[in-house]
Amino acid sequence: MATLSSPVTIDVPKTGQGGGGVRPPAYGGGGDGRGDGSPDYGARLRRLRLGLAIGLTSVTMIFVSLTSAYVVRRGLPTLDERTNTYVRDWIPVDLPITLLLVNTALLLVSSIAAELARRQITRQAALAPIRSIPGISLGEGKGFPWLGVTVVLGGGFLVGQWMAWRELADRGFYLATSASSSFVYLLTATHAVHLAGGILVLLYAAMVSLLHTPVEARRVVVDVTAWYWHFMFLLWLYIFGLLWFVR
Amino acid sequence: MATSATIHAHAPQGFIRKYIFSLDHKVIGLQYYFLALVAVFVGMFLSILMRVHMIWPTAVLPLVGEIKPETYLSLLTMHGTIMVFFVLTTAPQGGFGNYFLPIQIGAPDMAFPVLNMLSFWTTFVAFVVILAAFFVTGGAPLHGWTGYAPLSALTNSGPGEQLGADLWITSIAIFCIASLMGALNFITTTLDMRAKGMTMMRLPLTVWAWFVTAILGLLAFGVLLSAGILLLLDRNLGTSFYVPLVVVNGQIMGHKGGSPLLWQHLFWFFGHPEVYIAILPGMGVASQLLSTFSRKPIFGYKAMVYAIMAIGLLGFMVWGHHMFMSGMSPYTAFAFSLMTMAIGVPSAIKTFNWLGTIHGGRVRFQTPMLYAIGFVSLFVSGGLSGPFLAQPVLDIPLHDTAFVVGHFHLIMGVAAIFGMFAGTYYWFPKMFGRMMNETWGRIHFVITLIGTYCIFMPMHYLGMAGQPRRYSQFTELAYLQHLIPLNTFITYAAIVTVSAQLIFVLNLFWSMFKGPKATDNPWEATTLEWTTATPPPHDNFGGHTPVVNHGPYEYSVPGAPRDYVMQTDPATVASH
Amino acid sequence: MGLPLLAIIWLITFVSTYFFVAQTWWLPHGASTSTPWIDHQFALTYVLMGIVFVAAQGALGLFVWQYRDRGSASKVTYSHGNTRMEVVWTALTAILFIGLNLMGSPIWASERFAPADADSVPVEVTGMQFAWYFRYPGADGKFGRTDVKLMDPSAGSEAAIGLDATDPAAKDDVVTGTMYLPVNRQVNLTLRAVDVIHSFFVPQMRFKQDAVPGLIIHMHFTPTEVGDYEIACAELCGLGHYKMHGMLKVVSQEDFDKWLATKEAEKQ
Repeated sequence: MATLSSPVTIDVPKTGQGGGGVRPPAYGGGGDGRGDGSPDYGARLRRLRLGLAIGLTSVTMIFVSLTSAYVVRRGLPTLDERTNTYVRDWIPVDLPITLLLVNTALLLVSSIAAELARRQITRQAALAPIRSIPGISLGEGKGFPWLGVTVVLGGGFLVGQWMAWRELADRGFYLATSASSSFVYLLTATHAVHLAGGILVLLYAAMVSLLHTPVEARRVVVDVTAWYWHFMFLLWLYIFGLLWFVR
Repeated sequence: MATSATIHAHAPQGFIRKYIFSLDHKVIGLQYYFLALVAVFVGMFLSILMRVHMIWPTAVLPLVGEIKPETYLSLLTMHGTIMVFFVLTTAPQGGFGNYFLPIQIGAPDMAFPVLNMLSFWTTFVAFVVILAAFFVTGGAPLHGWTGYAPLSALTNSGPGEQLGADLWITSIAIFCIASLMGALNFITTTLDMRAKGMTMMRLPLTVWAWFVTAILGLLAFGVLLSAGILLLLDRNLGTSFYVPLVVVNGQIMGHKGGSPLLWQHLFWFFGHPEVYIAILPGMGVASQLLSTFSRKPIFGYKAMVYAIMAIGLLGFMVWGHHMFMSGMSPYTAFAFSLMTMAIGVPSAIKTFNWLGTIHGGRVRFQTPMLYAIGFVSLFVSGGLSGPFLAQPVLDIPLHDTAFVVGHFHLIMGVAAIFGMFAGTYYWFPKMFGRMMNETWGRIHFVITLIGTYCIFMPMHYLGMAGQPRRYSQFTELAYLQHLIPLNTFITYAAIVTVSAQLIFVLNLFWSMFKGPKATDNPWEATTLEWTTATPPPHDNFGGHTPVVNHGPYEYSVPGAPRDYVMQTDPATVASH
Repeated sequence: MGLPLLAIIWLITFVSTYFFVAQTWWLPHGASTSTPWIDHQFALTYVLMGIVFVAAQGALGLFVWQYRDRGSASKVTYSHGNTRMEVVWTALTAILFIGLNLMGSPIWASERFAPADADSVPVEVTGMQFAWYFRYPGADGKFGRTDVKLMDPSAGSEAAIGLDATDPAAKDDVVTGTMYLPVNRQVNLTLRAVDVIHSFFVPQMRFKQDAVPGLIIHMHFTPTEVGDYEIACAELCGLGHYKMHGMLKVVSQEDFDKWLATKEAEKQ
């Protein structure tokens, strides 16, 4: 005696081709574009943003572990060989605050520039279909090179960090001088490495824009890189705050 | 940015783009798999040298000559590192996961094919770097795969602790980056590229396992990377993260104020999730195969999913159980101990559910199933020695003894490997269009199951008797002498079992070229990889996208025309 | 294949269990106050885990044979599981595991949370590549100063730990390569390490504790039987790890006093 469970109802795909089975692309809002020949930039953007969020989780874990090591080390009594007792040996680092504040300002402005670049290219991408209609001109030209400004300011930040390290050394705080100085160099250098990576990607984005790739494709790259850049700025605020307030 | 949307407009031409720098997840999966195959033979060779030295410390062996105590420790270090990273973290996830995750969810590729290609080649570079450690002055490091500081942080603490140790750390750092890239890809793909109808609760348990494993990797490898950078700084730039004031051979080293326990915390915060990274994919494969070959849905699919998630989550809360004897606060030890006992619960649930799947089923004994059954047996054996070690008071006699070595080898060194064997015999027809030889598969299974039990079960007895681990020989302590016969037995068992792995390799390669041709679905299985051609076309589904109407384990559904309902069968076919 | 599988699984289970039950290779004879407690907890754990082991492997072997495909004679029970059973066995497992843990925790507490007795014998244990040194504070009950700059392992035990002879408290410190303890008295250990992590492991005292550079770790145990007990290093410390061993001699209180007096006299 056959016992059928109640039939499962599913949404009929909008292609109107009836029930299940193997049918033309029906995922990701258009996915791989076999139907109409053009890639789905919306899906690509969403996927890249998701990938970025996930990737930034791992970057966060690096800084979480460094923070934990920092905080614990700061409070950890260490064995003083001479007296055979535990003592606190944490020496607060004399940070070049003015210089670091200038660097922070540079990074803030670069973040603003990155955001303006992102919005600019989003507008351009939205208008691209109209622009492709022959005879239509929106008269905007190339627009202000916000991306370039971001790269320059980001480079300026890195130069400023280098100067901060020189200043620290002048004040007697080298990498191995004390546990506190080790962490200062470590945290700021790890951030700088990630920022430098962001600059390389921005340069790639700038280069790609010269190669006449479709603006929608360039928009995806600039969008995701701008979000990465904002994260790098917030990360810097966090590191600066940690090094200053948890001295 | 190149995503799968652009890549699969057309398949690549040319040898380099098809096989070397391929962006096709199937080729990349095979690249990972074969890298792991090379690594496992290197690792097994090292372990045989170790076992021979333990019994015959003064023996002069062909090719390698005499093995000095420090050489033994280098072999031990490299054996552990290569096996844990380049076998257990590579083949199950990078190999099978890469190949089959996209197909099982109905996607044409991974989310980021270029990143995928880069993650493999970065892993490859890491492998080359670690092998290089053998060939530099001083040789490979001797500080164990766990690399405790200050032993690993001082360049004069022993032979191999100079350039060899730096290469070891660098290789691991590169591997971390490769893993993070892979994890990113797996998670994005699973979240964003499932075919229509493939809800999360219709995912095969293999996909759930790869997904949660990727999350574990995403959160854990960054911490290992940090730990390694701090170690490189201590070793080379005079910092004192891990090293307090120490005197080595009468020489006062220039460090001060560092904490050796910091390394242990950072390492094990990564290290414990790492062992779950090693075992979860095998659990996924076991679930898949037990269901398929019992012709019965997996018992308690939802519970299995929650158990995987619980194991993943709790896996981050137990790292201190490696540190009960370390000088850590005993109160903290108690907390970690409770969490560790708790993580035994989802593992037990999975075991009950595997048994429940077989119960009332109709078991077919093809080779993949033999390995799945072997997996359950080994997981039970290896898992049940855990509650001993999880209790700090019992860890007092057992920590750093052969008991621990037996425990983690049964789980990682055998059960996880059985998961890989099972996956190989199961998916081989889909990957290569041919069947592996059943008879040789059976012989390989029986010898390996009995052999590995003969190697690793006795280690529990040795550990209880107080045999410490990482001893290059047992000539110095009177209380160890009566344990030498059992150690000798283990060595012989190891030689036989390792030799028997040649059967597998020969079967693998011979069948690739000469095995009987396979149909598209030789196991009469239900998941998406069995709906497509053999081997799958470049975009996995030949131009169309699957639509999913059923769960992954609809076997023996009452009223259905066959004893299996494929996930893409029309919705009108009866199922849950 | 069902029957051979059952046979193999059951055989492996039987042989493994046999050697556990027969205790062919077992914990060495314990001679400390913690021995009965630790051994009892150990026995409880292995009996309970042993039952689970036999039951699980037995069920696995049985099921693969019992439910083998016998063609048309086999009927599959289509089921997605049984929630009630899930809840029951999850709860039972949790009670078993966590209960076992809680049962062992008083022992852990008494070993590790409580400080040493007031009348315990103070001994400082120093580990270095690749030897153990034991220091007794002498009549003044105080350990003298040590200085890393004075460390010279080639010049004897006192120089090995860098004992500062100019410190008055160091004058009566006795440093040896063999550990002597009086029976039935608690020893108040101070564990130190000079270079890398070592671990002080005396199997017959059911005692183990890592010695960590940069930390002074206090621990205690009480030997209950006179005898000689080997000390092993239980944390990888370099190429000499396998031969970094020592000897603990537990003697009567009179013999201990005599030995210590002899050592003190040698210092004059």
